[in-house]
Amino acid sequence: MSRIQERFNALAGQGRKALVPYITAGDPHPEQTVALMHTLVEAGADMIELGVPFSDPMADGPVIQAACERALAHNTSLRDTLGMVRSFRQRDEDTPVILMGYQNPVETLGTREFARLARQSEADGVLTVDLPVEQAGQALETYREYGLDTVFLIAPTTSEERIKKICEASSGLIYYVSLKGVTGAAHMDISEVKNKVREIKQHSSLPVGVGFGVQDADSARDIASIADAVIVGSALIRQIEAHLSDHDTMKKKVAALLRDMREALDRDIPEAVLSATNS
Amino acid sequence: MASKAPERPETMASEQVPDRAGMFGEYGGRYVAETLIEPLAQLEAAYFKFRDDPGFVAEFEADLSHYVGRPSPLYLAQRLSEKYGGAQIYLKREDLNHTGAHKINNTVGQALLAKRMNKTRIIAETGAGQHGVASATVAARLGLECVVYMGEEDIHRQAPNVYRMRLLGAEVVPVRSGSKTLKDALNEALRDWVTHVDTTFYIIGTVAGPHPYPVLVRDFQTVIGREAKTQLKAMTGSLPDALVACVGGGSNAIGLFYPFLDDAGVRMYGIEAAGLGLETHRHSAPLNTGKPGVLHGNRTYLMEDENGQIIETHSISAGLDYPGVGPEHAWLKDIGRVQYESVTDEQALAAFHELTRVEGIIPALESSHALAWALQLAAKMTPEQKIVVNLSGRGDKDINTVADIEGIGL
Repeated sequence: MSRIQERFNALAGQGRKALVPYITAGDPHPEQTVALMHTLVEAGADMIELGVPFSDPMADGPVIQAACERALAHNTSLRDTLGMVRSFRQRDEDTPVILMGYQNPVETLGTREFARLARQSEADGVLTVDLPVEQAGQALETYREYGLDTVFLIAPTTSEERIKKICEASSGLIYYVSLKGVTGAAHMDISEVKNKVREIKQHSSLPVGVGFGVQDADSARDIASIADAVIVGSALIRQIEAHLSDHDTMKKKVAALLRDMREALDRDIPEAVLSATNS
Repeated sequence: MASKAPERPETMASEQVPDRAGMFGEYGGRYVAETLIEPLAQLEAAYFKFRDDPGFVAEFEADLSHYVGRPSPLYLAQRLSEKYGGAQIYLKREDLNHTGAHKINNTVGQALLAKRMNKTRIIAETGAGQHGVASATVAARLGLECVVYMGEEDIHRQAPNVYRMRLLGAEVVPVRSGSKTLKDALNEALRDWVTHVDTTFYIIGTVAGPHPYPVLVRDFQTVIGREAKTQLKAMTGSLPDALVACVGGGSNAIGLFYPFLDDAGVRMYGIEAAGLGLETHRHSAPLNTGKPGVLHGNRTYLMEDENGQIIETHSISAGLDYPGVGPEHAWLKDIGRVQYESVTDEQALAAFHELTRVEGIIPALESSHALAWALQLAAKMTPEQKIVVNLSGRGDKDINTVADIEGIGL
């Protein structure tokens, strides 16, 4: 069983929803990333989406674009990102890590070499934003061969026929993009999201995560009421951006926001269940 | 009909691409975020429905005649040809089109599609500003809202075109991310499209981007080559020996080349921008120095670093300052049908002056790259041979750039 699956099973047993923060590897500085990942876990992350910086992140809004630029100012490469996952694993063997990025750096390294190194670093899943399921054939086989979960996006515009196709190709979880737009946008319609998540669940038994428009504890809780995982990126990175010169404050602010979301998600969970988890 | 030999053979190699997935060999395709898959499928369906629709074709052709001013002349540059003592140099005068470049052929076509798809808003990316102007022009004509994304860097070097777009009622949005040039404008336009996908038609200006853009833009631009073929036949009774066009994204080149792809005797040269020199790494020549990768929705040759990050490019001409190239060019390079060469800023600038002084035609700096190569090529050929150069745009927009370089204040 994959780490991602294990984590979802454990959460389901407690009636809880997964909180999945996103940060860009190398932002604000490559030396901060592993520490930040641990901070995220301490603040309540169930799994981490680690962004691989790319020079042309066309699906991302201004906040994650800027994060990529900061990471690239320090030349953070895909290889470096995998190294960070490896370091993270020295202290944390349980929290799943999903690598999220764009296709070109993967191809430059070589899909097989990337898969091999990802396995070796004990990363758990791969989400390539600009590799739709039709173009993914070869890569899918390679990732499966190396035991990596293959995560795909489903969007508000995705037809039912494609939802089926994407569900078949997915493992670990399915990532539903909550709005027509880029990451960090603020016009999510919760009832539309609810209908689409329901539609996805008709075609797959995999957990469904929702992201792109989660701003704060309230919107996180709204999402948690209709999905299995809440994915939050830009809102956290805004905290990084606001405290670039003071890394301690930065970590505290990121942790505080994530903790708020965690509490909002767990509000109705009995104390006994929560204390059993924390011990 | 039957009395005439068919101009084109039954099956053309050129008709084998792209395949149904939009692949030119291993290039092209649809590498975009999931939200854009459905709109691209809708665009593809609409395009292939209307492409052969007599009403659509008639409207497109009427617009090309009466609005764009086609056919554009094929002009024998006699004094220039004599000066270089070799082949006869013919210029396909796309600079004489309405708005001053070949870009309008494509925007007129895509605007007709936008209208049929009931879109109310046009967006476009632009480098030199020619495609932005051509998009703003068709939007004004149809009464559609128009937003043009343009790198901040390009806004400075193409100020006259920025003002033209604004006069035409378009909003010009400066793009400050990344290298602040064409590639970043394309990213930003894609982000806009993802956000306003229901109302918005994205007019891509070159033969790159996700399928069906490379085939759609090519088809709208092939009028260049079809006319050139007919015109040269009427003037000389034969086909050209060589075609020369500049290649940034490659729409003017594919427009000229495509109708000749199956004419084996016609040699073709696509000229990339060598900037300060290929050895300096300050250029925009992915076909000459890059390798295949994925950017802006398609697989093609790219300029990238060892980690797969797209690198900043340089060219004196904003329209060639792009790290990728249309996937069909990548394919034509690999199969050896087209030879891709490069010309430096300095050589292009010399050709710019040469044409201006010898023929009284001020060419765009983009087109000056093609011209510079053609002059070298012509010198090695005989006066019985013929070269067609795509003079893809006029140089008025570049006079500030040229004056700056030469230390002249305007």
